[in-house]
Amino acid sequence: MSTIDPVILPLISAEQRKQARSVGLTFVVLGIVAAFVLGNRPGDAGFKLVDSYIFVIPAQPFARILALVLIALGAAQLLKGFGKWTNVVLSISAATFVISFLAWAASGGSFSFTGMLQDTVTRSVPIILGAIAGILCERSGIINIAIEGQLLGSAFAGAVAGSLLGPWIGIVAAMAMGVGLSSILAVFSIRYRVDQVIVGFAINFFALGLTSFLAARVLTDHPDYNILSPLRPIALPLLSNIPVIGVVLFTQTLFVYFAYLAVAVATWSLYHTKWGLRTRAIGEYPKAAGTLGVDVIKLRYRNVLLAGAVAGVGGAWWPIGMVGRFDQNITNGRGFIALAAVIFGRWNPVGALSAALVFGLAEAIQLKMSNLDTGIPSEFLLMAPYLVTLVVVAGFVGRSRGPKAAGQPYDAQ
Amino acid sequence: MKIVATLRRLADRIARTSSLRITLLAILSAMVVGAFIIILSDIDKLKNGDILGAVHTVGSAYWALVVGSFGSLRAISATINSATPLILCGVSVAVAFKAGLFNIGATGQMLAGGMAALWVGFSMDGPVIIQVPLAVLAGAVGGAAYGAIPGVLKARTGAHEVITTIMLNNMAGFLVLWLLKTNMFQRTDRTDPISKLVAAPGRLPRLFGFMDNRPDLVAHAGFIVAILAVIVYWWFLNRSTSGFEFRAFGMNADAAQYAGMHTKRLTVMAMMFAGAFAGLAGAAEVLGTYGYASQNFAGNIGFDAIAIALLGRSTPLGTLLAALLFGALQAGGRQMQVDTDVPIDLIVVLRALIVMFIAAPLLIKSIWRIKVSPTSLGQTFKGWGS
Repeated sequence: MSTIDPVILPLISAEQRKQARSVGLTFVVLGIVAAFVLGNRPGDAGFKLVDSYIFVIPAQPFARILALVLIALGAAQLLKGFGKWTNVVLSISAATFVISFLAWAASGGSFSFTGMLQDTVTRSVPIILGAIAGILCERSGIINIAIEGQLLGSAFAGAVAGSLLGPWIGIVAAMAMGVGLSSILAVFSIRYRVDQVIVGFAINFFALGLTSFLAARVLTDHPDYNILSPLRPIALPLLSNIPVIGVVLFTQTLFVYFAYLAVAVATWSLYHTKWGLRTRAIGEYPKAAGTLGVDVIKLRYRNVLLAGAVAGVGGAWWPIGMVGRFDQNITNGRGFIALAAVIFGRWNPVGALSAALVFGLAEAIQLKMSNLDTGIPSEFLLMAPYLVTLVVVAGFVGRSRGPKAAGQPYDAQ
Repeated sequence: MKIVATLRRLADRIARTSSLRITLLAILSAMVVGAFIIILSDIDKLKNGDILGAVHTVGSAYWALVVGSFGSLRAISATINSATPLILCGVSVAVAFKAGLFNIGATGQMLAGGMAALWVGFSMDGPVIIQVPLAVLAGAVGGAAYGAIPGVLKARTGAHEVITTIMLNNMAGFLVLWLLKTNMFQRTDRTDPISKLVAAPGRLPRLFGFMDNRPDLVAHAGFIVAILAVIVYWWFLNRSTSGFEFRAFGMNADAAQYAGMHTKRLTVMAMMFAGAFAGLAGAAEVLGTYGYASQNFAGNIGFDAIAIALLGRSTPLGTLLAALLFGALQAGGRQMQVDTDVPIDLIVVLRALIVMFIAAPLLIKSIWRIKVSPTSLGQTFKGWGS
């Protein structure tokens, strides 16, 4: 009797199998929510795409069809799986689910869908740039918990310098402040070999304390130090004429274009240049890189300072790209959301961009929801993005593996 | 001669206990930098060339800091009151650190514990001797339950506690806001999110309640709970088997697993303990300081607690002392804001600087040109897992 199993099992680990199962269950749960929650409000929902055209979705039938599709997808995933298409199927389903949710919320009325997407992109800017700053540091082996502090400090510098000397100087000052705070992180963690998480937290407190202190002591008595007119959106020629997409992506402030550029450049450089190879090497296995002649210390300094400059632009977004002034703790935890986006996006700029857009969408939905009467307490809507992150991190990202050397001081021997 | 010799021996001994010296020098360094910040931010005086006036402000601000924290019975009571939740949350972060976990979620756990304690506090009408301990216990249980969530998620799926606790903090904030608007919690006759009052007998008794006509002495029995928590933490860490397992797990998770310890259970347990301590802090605030809950009764305490645990190197005594220092700064900072025009936010800067300087003994060494053995705070964070 042969005990050899004739069926060749696919080579997947227990962890992957568990993950596939949780994806399938997610589909089913989403389907049930679509059927019972989103399917209970009759009426058409108008999604205003352009001024002259409103796309109408009948909320109830849409939700019911979606529910059937989602449950079918869930069953397929549980039985067979979509293999490499899993993420694509999941993203499309999630997007459809969000649309169904919006249709449910807006049923019987209409709202500007394009405006919401535009808000999404605008509001994800500081998260994207903060996450890029985090990735630059962590890929080179320095944990950057200080993103929040860098954003806050540079928002302050941007507001004051921008008010006194104009927005461009404001952005430069914000970048300088970002680099300054980054240099504390760099010197303490590289030269003095201090625990990077401790320095990072200390920088956060330092920035919070100092900016609140100066805002209370200086800015309240001198309101002229804290008022500027934010940059206006620039419509890119040709591209901005595309319906919907033109408004969403190409009628934005320079900050948004800078964020696109930062993601593109970071992705390309990390994976296609000598610098990128070296950066990834010193984040994973600095000893080997050092042996092969890479100056680990110097490269780490450079990358951490560069990250500070990028975070500086992200911080300048508040005063110069958005509200035109600085308020105490204006970043309100966005730096930590950026940190979550880094891990969510698995230390990859494009991944972080998608995570940041999810958070941006959540913020934009919150803004819109305050105008729509949904019957559910607003607190639960406000909670949703955090819950989604929790579920996604627990269910799909799981044991995320960061750069191996992150957090370890380097000895040049 | 003998006295001189004794003094010299004492001085010698202080010099050798380098961690104490570093701590004192770090505080001094932070005060010096703080002084510069006070002077440089006084732009109106500096513009008029009144440098002496700006320097004078530093003196009166720091004097107010001392008077406001230890200068009178009232100040000491304020220090104790501020230190109470800081001690408990500090222990919460410290116990997680010992097990190699980073609990950023003390804020959320504090909110959960505070709401649980509050509910028992205003809905029960039992004998004081039962009700108050029960309410405090409810705080611990609420906090532990909320703390268990990131623990279970980490143990089962590997989701990193740094992310999950941040998310749970934000969610707890909104949950509390919602709860405070429900009929169960909202004070009748109010439309803003504010809870019912805990009746006077259901509150934690005031420490100086025996003194007549001193309602300004706000310190309450939560401080005793906090001290007990520190003792329990010490006992747990050094005298119990689980405490040993915690430390082993925190130092080397692989080795602990190899030695047959249930690392998943340890993860959940560590986060539950952490949550329980933070929940006690919430109970102390709600039952002691306020007597009700408003939207943001946890404030920044959960984050301050991280600095405290780092400063105290996560040891029981160190955490207690660090929390007392932070509490004193808090109480003194309020006085400073009243007496001088220096905003209380200065103390956040001072705290950050103290942590930074203590974390970098080599820096202190080169600034003050002293010889100390470079004791570091040790590694608190073991990377993002693999």
